[in-house]
Amino acid sequence: MTLKTRHKRAAIVVGVLVAVGAAAALVLNAFNSNLVFFYTPSQVASKEAPQGKTFRIGGLVNAGSVVREGVTVRFVVTDTVNTVPVRFEGVLPDLFKEGKGVVAQGQLGADGVFTAREVLAKHDENYMPPEAADAMQKAEKMKQKMAGTLVSGGGK
Amino acid sequence: MIPELGHFLLIVALAVALIQGVLPLWGAQKGRADWMVLARPMAWLQALLVVAAFACLMASFIRHDFSVLYVASNSNSALPLAYRIAGVWGGHEGSLLLWMLMLNVWSVAVASFSSRLPLPFIARILGVLGLVAAGFLLFMLATSNPFDRLIPAAADGRDLNPLLQDPGMVAHPPMLYMGYVGFSVAYAFAVAALLGGNLDAAWARWTRPWTTAAWIFLTFGIGLGSWWAYNELGWGGWWFWDPVENASFMPWLAGTALIHSLAVTEKRGGFKVWTVLLALLAFSLSLLGTFLVRSGVLSSVHAFATDPRRGLFILAFLVLVIGSSLMLFAWRAPKVGLGQRFGLFSRESMLLVNNMMLAVSCGAVLLGTLYPLFVDAMGMGKISVGPPYFDTVFGLLMAPLVLVMGVGVLVRWKHDEAGPLLRRLVLPAVVVLVVALAVGSLAGKVSVVATGGLMMAFWIVSSIWMDLKPRIWPQGSTLGQVPARARLLPRALVGMMVAHLGVAVFAFGVTMVKTYETERDVKMGANDSTEVAGYGFRMLGVRDVPGPNYAAAQATIEVSRGGKVIATLQPEKRIYRVQQNPMTEAAVDTNLLRDLYVSMGERLPTGEWVVRVQIKPFISWIWWGCLVMMFGGFLAMTDRRYRPRKATQAAAAGAVQQGAA
Repeated sequence: MTLKTRHKRAAIVVGVLVAVGAAAALVLNAFNSNLVFFYTPSQVASKEAPQGKTFRIGGLVNAGSVVREGVTVRFVVTDTVNTVPVRFEGVLPDLFKEGKGVVAQGQLGADGVFTAREVLAKHDENYMPPEAADAMQKAEKMKQKMAGTLVSGGGK
Repeated sequence: MIPELGHFLLIVALAVALIQGVLPLWGAQKGRADWMVLARPMAWLQALLVVAAFACLMASFIRHDFSVLYVASNSNSALPLAYRIAGVWGGHEGSLLLWMLMLNVWSVAVASFSSRLPLPFIARILGVLGLVAAGFLLFMLATSNPFDRLIPAAADGRDLNPLLQDPGMVAHPPMLYMGYVGFSVAYAFAVAALLGGNLDAAWARWTRPWTTAAWIFLTFGIGLGSWWAYNELGWGGWWFWDPVENASFMPWLAGTALIHSLAVTEKRGGFKVWTVLLALLAFSLSLLGTFLVRSGVLSSVHAFATDPRRGLFILAFLVLVIGSSLMLFAWRAPKVGLGQRFGLFSRESMLLVNNMMLAVSCGAVLLGTLYPLFVDAMGMGKISVGPPYFDTVFGLLMAPLVLVMGVGVLVRWKHDEAGPLLRRLVLPAVVVLVVALAVGSLAGKVSVVATGGLMMAFWIVSSIWMDLKPRIWPQGSTLGQVPARARLLPRALVGMMVAHLGVAVFAFGVTMVKTYETERDVKMGANDSTEVAGYGFRMLGVRDVPGPNYAAAQATIEVSRGGKVIATLQPEKRIYRVQQNPMTEAAVDTNLLRDLYVSMGERLPTGEWVVRVQIKPFISWIWWGCLVMMFGGFLAMTDRRYRPRKATQAAAAGAVQQGAA
């Protein structure tokens, strides 16, 4: 009797462990294959970004770069040093504006044009998506390094 | 004067909260009744003070007092009255005050509906709630005082965020916070039980209705938020796996697990330690949600705050609460003891699977929400975890959960024979598969995901029927006896069935929308038309419409099917005057079978508009499902056994009668 109970308990414990283990493995696997990385226009320019894989880019929408052809929009994302041309089909978010921060998710084509499947702009006009702000800062640092100037970080 | 009065009231409330948090707890440890009895009056006093402070802030909003910084930042002289009232919780400081208000509502509710609880127990519960209140009041007074003056006063306010100017927004935060904060009660019950060492079936019976009540509010808050985002954000999506949504979803998952685990603790005295841990966890996740939303660590539509001091304070508070409760747990949990043993195939083991799946889901959401923040904080680059991850994980984890949901309700407590039951389930399983395939082919496309989703919905329905049929319509009885038998069903049981039915309705809606929705972005000028999924959309024209604090371009779009006009939709693109932000106001024609969703994109240089047209089959079932779940919860928490003694005797009589029937 006790042996039977003990067997049952062992079976429950093993069952629980196997189930939780399988579930965790599943979660981690899905997690791994759905991570989306972020690249700045400068990283794209230096060929660090993968082709044919989904990633995000961010920066400012270059002033005067937005061209609309029906529902297709073309614009240029810049981090003030390098630029990436972007193509997007569909409705842009309300706060998409020239000269403002933007984050786009999509894939880079062989022709160097980034085809966005999703464009994000944030709810506050003065608010910069953190990714875009980050891209600008990095580019600024690079520029300073290259120019050989030494300016103590003046804040954003 | 009014703002200063409000500020003063908050300071007094802090003092009262400290008394409420310290003396009754101490009294309960030392056995001093004179200190313990302080708990109830202090809870009432604190609630009075906080309500008065809340009224002060509301008065400042209504009177357009732009010498108050918070009012100047979140209101405007052109803002309609309803949104001035909602503006009270439209920003960071006011939301905290709302949080406090909700906490006090719960405390007072506990203080009033606890006449059956032993004094030391209620003293501990209210003491813990007092400490939580003191933490939040301190946070407010130190970093986020809503009554701070702006000198000199602003001529006019910066206006409420246009996104928040929607009827849904008036109700969404209060409901969500009622849910969030409601788990503080379950938390306080758990801590009180750990301190007192009396964790038994009676404890579970006291805790259950409170947990269910919090869960109902949280369900409503999340559902309302989803409905609001669908109608207001103009994208036609109903859930984005945005970190802020996840922040409210994690406590919901933990709370749902807690409800089920409490059932085992009450009925069988099992899962005790796990139940306590879940209660601690659910509230910790509520606090974590508050931290994520309020600290500004997220980059999402909801992140209002950007002050790091606030983030640090909440983080410290979070560490203190979670750390101290886990320490208490580690110290006292061994005393709680394990529950009754149960068989490999029993209601308990099914609920164990339920809890495991919900816990893993919660962990998966936590991982997807926090990992990008962690990577960013470590300076290892920026990543994001998109909806595909959450969709995949949830689809796969919900399948076993729903499977055991169907089997579990049919399995007896303690021990049951697997063979006979599983044989009874073969026929329903086949029927469910056939119906799912039939519905899929009727809707136009049969896919694995759609069939799986539909099977989940139908499986739940079939199991409810299998559970219900022998109870109300046993073999040999006539159909006429069904109403009489149905009336005898315990209300908690009906509540469970209704809540599970809500899950089925929800799963059906999600599957139909995910599989069969269609969407098209088209360029439209006056008299242009397009056809999507058999519906014709014709743009009659766009005209300018003035609003109280915005100017809008309003399109008129006629929808026809089979040559007959069935709806006229008027989506708008609004520019709010003060913040100069454009806002998309979608137009939706809704019925139980489908939503027609039209929103305006941007105006093209040629004068035409980009218009997004979407057909969403059965999307309203998602929110109906939430309402049905809530109704089930309401039935369960109002079961007779939770009511005072007089009613309990009646229930006992009823049970005898039922046993005889």
